[in-house]
Amino acid sequence: MREKWKLWLLGSIGFILAILWLTPFYLMIVNAFKMKRDIFADTLGLPSAWTFENFVQAFEQLDFLRTLFNSLLISGVSVVIIIIFSAMAAYALSRNKSKISSLLFFVFVAAMLIPFQSVMIPLVAQFGQFGMLNKAGLIFMYLGFGCSLSIFLYHGTLKGIPISLDEAAKIDGANRFQVFWHIIFPLLKPMSITVGILNVIWIWNDYLLPSLVIGGAGSETIPLKLFFFFGQYTKQWHLALAGLTLSIIPVIIAYFFAQRQIIKGIADGAVK
Amino acid sequence: MRNRDAAYWLFLTPVLAALILVVIVPLIYGFYYSFTNWNGLGTPDFIGLKNYIDLFTDKGFLDTFWFTIKFSVAAIVVINIIGLSLALIVTSKIKSSNILRTVFFMPNLIGGLILGFIWQFIFIKVFGAIGDLTGIEAFNGWLSTTDTGFWGLIILTSWQMAGYIMIIYIAYLQAVPEDLIEAAKIDGANTFQRFRHITFPLVAPAFTVSLFLTLSHSFKIYDQNLSLTNGAPYNSTEMVAMNIVKSAFTENDMAYAQAKAVIFFVIVAVVSLTQVYINKKREVEL
Repeated sequence: MREKWKLWLLGSIGFILAILWLTPFYLMIVNAFKMKRDIFADTLGLPSAWTFENFVQAFEQLDFLRTLFNSLLISGVSVVIIIIFSAMAAYALSRNKSKISSLLFFVFVAAMLIPFQSVMIPLVAQFGQFGMLNKAGLIFMYLGFGCSLSIFLYHGTLKGIPISLDEAAKIDGANRFQVFWHIIFPLLKPMSITVGILNVIWIWNDYLLPSLVIGGAGSETIPLKLFFFFGQYTKQWHLALAGLTLSIIPVIIAYFFAQRQIIKGIADGAVK
Repeated sequence: MRNRDAAYWLFLTPVLAALILVVIVPLIYGFYYSFTNWNGLGTPDFIGLKNYIDLFTDKGFLDTFWFTIKFSVAAIVVINIIGLSLALIVTSKIKSSNILRTVFFMPNLIGGLILGFIWQFIFIKVFGAIGDLTGIEAFNGWLSTTDTGFWGLIILTSWQMAGYIMIIYIAYLQAVPEDLIEAAKIDGANTFQRFRHITFPLVAPAFTVSLFLTLSHSFKIYDQNLSLTNGAPYNSTEMVAMNIVKSAFTENDMAYAQAKAVIFFVIVAVVSLTQVYINKKREVEL
């Protein structure tokens, strides 16, 4: 009986906390549906009349479809490249147990300690000199910043895949690349999902790097566009909130469909 | 796969090229620039330690640093307490456990910039409305003083990060063997004693991971800082990451900003390494 009471208490605390956690989203969404004067008159209550006008305006101002496409393109390409190249590199490093491999592995892992701000200034200057401050340059930078953790994670998994598998395939006449692509890479699939999730979250949400690399009109990602949008409409909360709500919708949809994998991916990434 | 094999280097080339061009070369150049008067264009002149000497007498920068340290300490404590509590709640046998996990983790999927804007609305408009409604003065002007701005940042960061830290604690809590807990129950240990003597020591490695993550996360915060307070009032809520970006790209003081960035790198590296070392040592003793 005591046990039951305890569970009831914990459940209630959890419920209250969950409400508290969702309140900021609730306030954002509810106010995005209000007329401008309603937000000032009654911030806490429900809208006196629900309006979609704010969303229509924000959608246009944010050039939402194009901005969304930019975000999808940059995150998608970056993550695919990170997955394939990091898995290949981790495979090479784990199957070759020489001093140079352990040195390279150490360098990759050590790079995780470097805060972005300490390389940012020369990075932008140098890529600027080579005319690489564009989407391609940005994707290449994401490979550079994303490969460390990814290689580290793949390396851990690869140690558990027996080398006899490689040898068997080799005897059957497969070359190195075929062994990797047909035997090893499919076995890494669970880790590839983890690596993909971890990278897509930070790349999708990244603001600073794109703001330094792709400033130009028309190529902005969601955070970038939202930053200018927000600055422009600081005092117009009805529009600003509709813009915020719009930009969160794709993430919430993705979370709705893949929450299991996302939370598992975070757990795997964090614990290893 | 031997070193001499073309395949070995072929497999490594893409990431090596990216790491070298994106991280290593800029790091070396950055170190060099910090000893010059480089302004972003033209050829830099070597000026020795001048930037570093200026840094240590730059009150603005020192204040920023102090603010960042205070923020990180408070954030680490608050996030870990909330994160562990959330983990204990959702790993108990309550029915809503899965939904709660999903809810608590949600803010982490959304970028810091957007989260900051959402909370800007809450602190300015919603808190204002609550203040008007209840007549409690404390709700008004949350982003216009240094102290409330500080706690605003803490609230935002904790709301965002506690769910992430929760996931880490859950992973370790689930590894605690059920029969150990049962055995202690039979021996008459109460909930607190079971937590103190069984759960806590077994979960200790989670502290290593989560302290490391919260420390490096809070020390490097930029987006949230930019969108919530933008350093206001009078740069008093500006953190190091933002200070470096501002002095580089707003004030165009490239070499000076780079000297700050080098100091920032050294501190992040030393603190991270020390912290991992201490925690690893402590784990073995437990």
